[in-house]
Amino acid sequence: MPSTTVNTAPVPLRSPFVVVLLGWAVPGAGHLLLGRRGRGAIIFATVLLTFAVGLAMRGPMFQITNAGDVLSRLIQYGGFIGDLASGLIYLVTVWSGYAAPDLAGHQADYGAKLLVAAGLLNILAMVDAYEIATGEKD
Amino acid sequence: MSLDLDHFEMALLFAAVSSILLGLVTKRTDRERIRYGATCFGYFMLSLFGIGWLMHFLHG
Repeated sequence: MPSTTVNTAPVPLRSPFVVVLLGWAVPGAGHLLLGRRGRGAIIFATVLLTFAVGLAMRGPMFQITNAGDVLSRLIQYGGFIGDLASGLIYLVTVWSGYAAPDLAGHQADYGAKLLVAAGLLNILAMVDAYEIATGEKD
Repeated sequence: MSLDLDHFEMALLFAAVSSILLGLVTKRTDRERIRYGATCFGYFMLSLFGIGWLMHFLHG
């Protein structure tokens, strides 16, 4: 029965470092390298959807800055790591000149949170790909 | 293109994508994944409405 099958296909021998790096650059690509095509496609779609909605809501990207108090800097650094975790999607967006202003109001605020959420979802996927590559998981 | 989701719509989107990925990476079979994803989504909704009503009563 396909609905209850466990994917027991042998995992191709790949360096966990390469798998994680590829998974960071393109969400789901690490799984693709490991032969988990379906899983990779779902990861790509969910991360891309979250990031795209964040962009459509004109969410500002977090910036590394030394201005403000410790808590503000902590939020900026944490948010920046979350943004960066989306990989090439984030880099291409920034390099293409996207720079939404940090406006007051719920729209930009929710957009910024969705951009970070996309990166955090990708981190979850990268950990999964690492565990598959090292044999800790099927 | 500009999108303006309200708080509920945004929470719904976040709950959906998070539940899908949590189900995908934590369980072994498709049946377990669907069940766990649905459970996570249910808990997200329960928290959303629960905290919403709590704030409603706290604000008076």
